[in-house]
Amino acid sequence: MIVEFGAFALVLALVLSVLQTGLAAVGRARRSPLLAGGADGAALASAFAVTLAFAALIYAFSVSDFSVENVARNSHTDKPMLYKVSAAWGSHEGSLVLWCGVMAVFGAILARARGLPFGLKTSAVGVQGALTTLFLAFAVFTSNPFNRIADAPVQGNSLNPLLQDPALAIHPPLLYLGYVGFSVTFSLAVAALIEGRAFSGFWPAWGRWVRPWALVSWVFLTAGITLGSFWAYYELGWGGWWFWDPVENASFMPWLAGAALLHSAVVTERRGALAGWTVFLALLAFSFSMLGAFLVRSGVLTSVHAFAVDPERGLMLLGILGVAAGSAFALFAWRAPQLKGGGMFAPVSREGALVLNNLFLTVAAATVLLGTLYPLILEAATGQTISVGPPYFAMTFTPLMLVAFIILPAGPLLSWKRADAKGAIQRLALAGGLAIACGFVFWLAFEPKKALAAAGIAIGAWLILGALAEVIERIRLFRVPVAEVSRRARGLPLGAWGMTLAHAGLGVFVLGAVAETSFKLEAADALPIGGSVITGPWKATLTDVRIVEGPNYLAEQGVVTVTSVDGRATPRTVTSERRFFPAGGQTTTEVGLDFRGLDDVYVVMGERRATPGGEQAWSVRLYHNPWARLIFLGPAIMCLGGVLSLMDRRLRLAMPGRRKRVAA
Amino acid sequence: MIGRGTLLALVLFLAGPVLAQEPAAPPDRPLASASQEARAQAIFEVVRCVVCQHESISDSPAGIAGDMRRLIREEIAGGASDQAIKDDLVRRYGDYVLFTPPVRTGTWLLWFGPALLVLAGGAALWAFMRRTPAGTAPLSPDEERRLADLLQTETVRPDPDASPPHEGR
Repeated sequence: MIVEFGAFALVLALVLSVLQTGLAAVGRARRSPLLAGGADGAALASAFAVTLAFAALIYAFSVSDFSVENVARNSHTDKPMLYKVSAAWGSHEGSLVLWCGVMAVFGAILARARGLPFGLKTSAVGVQGALTTLFLAFAVFTSNPFNRIADAPVQGNSLNPLLQDPALAIHPPLLYLGYVGFSVTFSLAVAALIEGRAFSGFWPAWGRWVRPWALVSWVFLTAGITLGSFWAYYELGWGGWWFWDPVENASFMPWLAGAALLHSAVVTERRGALAGWTVFLALLAFSFSMLGAFLVRSGVLTSVHAFAVDPERGLMLLGILGVAAGSAFALFAWRAPQLKGGGMFAPVSREGALVLNNLFLTVAAATVLLGTLYPLILEAATGQTISVGPPYFAMTFTPLMLVAFIILPAGPLLSWKRADAKGAIQRLALAGGLAIACGFVFWLAFEPKKALAAAGIAIGAWLILGALAEVIERIRLFRVPVAEVSRRARGLPLGAWGMTLAHAGLGVFVLGAVAETSFKLEAADALPIGGSVITGPWKATLTDVRIVEGPNYLAEQGVVTVTSVDGRATPRTVTSERRFFPAGGQTTTEVGLDFRGLDDVYVVMGERRATPGGEQAWSVRLYHNPWARLIFLGPAIMCLGGVLSLMDRRLRLAMPGRRKRVAA
Repeated sequence: MIGRGTLLALVLFLAGPVLAQEPAAPPDRPLASASQEARAQAIFEVVRCVVCQHESISDSPAGIAGDMRRLIREEIAGGASDQAIKDDLVRRYGDYVLFTPPVRTGTWLLWFGPALLVLAGGAALWAFMRRTPAGTAPLSPDEERRLADLLQTETVRPDPDASPPHEGR
């Protein structure tokens, strides 16, 4: 019954979204607040209906109702409750409902927004309703998760065991909050293009509305991607964290476009300049989100030849992408020449620096797009198959980013309109010198000597020290009395602290990524009980292997003691498992991680086999991943910076649903 | 609780390497020379496991990846150059096997597209900056007088939403 109720709620949500779009369009054309209010109400009701549908789906999964096809395919009674619930968004159909739900809820928040001009808001609510309609129709007509089956099986197929992991249970919701958050900036951008005849002061106000949405989406996307990367790191057992896999690239493109949007929206808000460009990026970010959804769901990527796996759904998604992005960009091409920005600036200025940032970020996004789609297009056009992998991106994407990183710390020190380049360079001289010294010390300390790695470390240090130099400059540390410094520090807006943190976090990530990629060590051997394997400074000894019974799996658990070769480090015991899930007949590995300061000692136990002498042995792989902590710590700091910025009063005032407070 | 089926599965799981259809790859034997082994590892990173989705043979646990690793180590031990080994792999499996796409007419756009975009974007920016004058014309004496008047008569009320003034903003 609850399942039928969910199916009904999903269809109801679709009808309400159509209503939302229609009411908003007519209300906008007739300038009727009544009809526009009706559209807002429909948006709210639609969000409520999708939420109910999603709750019904989660219910069906939590009680393992195998008469529902989707539950039977993706769940199993033996799974722990967390994975029963997370299986609700673990399949194509269920995750699509989550996608629609996030979109409708964000639409409702947009509908409740106060203070937006009538025309802009009504158009935006209408566009958001149209997007929600497209995706809900796709869910209802091709991917309905509530379909029943005639003969309900006694047991389900279970969820892919690789996905039965806490990080991956919350990874999709975070990712979707990010992907779909950009639908709101998309709607606001299309609305701005529809409204066209902008009054004076329109673009700063519009920028003020776009910024918090771009920031929220970017923070969630950063968190989601980092969590996914961390999962790949400890669950796949390959010791790597980013593979330039097309599926990873699909999430990275909207991230890069979103990062560019964040920065250009600042210029539009503060100076009214770059309006057309910011609108373009707002359209681009969500178009990349939709492209990602298409690439991942259509089956084009699982194998290059697999387009036919689900041609109907793939083509439908391509159709949605074509309709939504195509019409938006056509509108942009038509209206963009009329967009009047205003706000002039000299090449050397804050605006100039942000424009450069945008140049590099968008070309980087285009490079990822090229690398992801080129093999598909080349094969379709000529039949030739090529692989585009890490070496390609190391030669194209990485240099672009490095140049951007070298320019980055100067940006925040430049003033708006026209800046003093010499002054900025002088203020950064100390940070630059220290960064080069860091690179040199690193070059001396790490064997074998790698000049490129040392340069990478210097750039990471430069980002962190440059961010620090900027704060020191602002609070006049060491130059004025302490009381004055603390007064200035308290007076700094949260947004400024957020920016500093985000830039420093990027530096932390660069340090980790460079050290890990350049100095990762690994060794593997077949070990009998008591045998050991050595890599770099670490020695791992297999002390015991036992059988462990999990809730829905059986595991062979290797107990490994990690010590340093010179014997000075305290020995620690980690366990690595090979888990067997009888429900699907699959095997997964659980990595044993020993955190040593910033380094990870990473132990993977593999299959049972025999030593040459005929003794029972297990293959054990040992990795020394220097500074691997920083790879995940950096993005976490970046997210924190984003959250701090969101708490800034200046951005909060632009968030919906709050009354403007009396000036504090 | 372990049922009978599960027990059977456990037995199969533990006996996996013996009963499974595809025998697990024999453990890797690193080359004796450290420099040769480093060369082998560097090649493993850029060679795609041909039966996997998007894994290099250095990451993949698949049997064929193990075979390819052994083959590459043998060729290195036999004195072949890195390029010769890669050429040999391409002859066997096609361009698909290398994660570095070849540079030829069909892939020029792939390889040089990013650089072209940076140049085109930079040129567009330059044109944009030239077209829009950076500063505004200096005020005429009359305008200067009006500005001075305004500044004296108008009391400037601080905007509560505006950020506090700071250097560099």
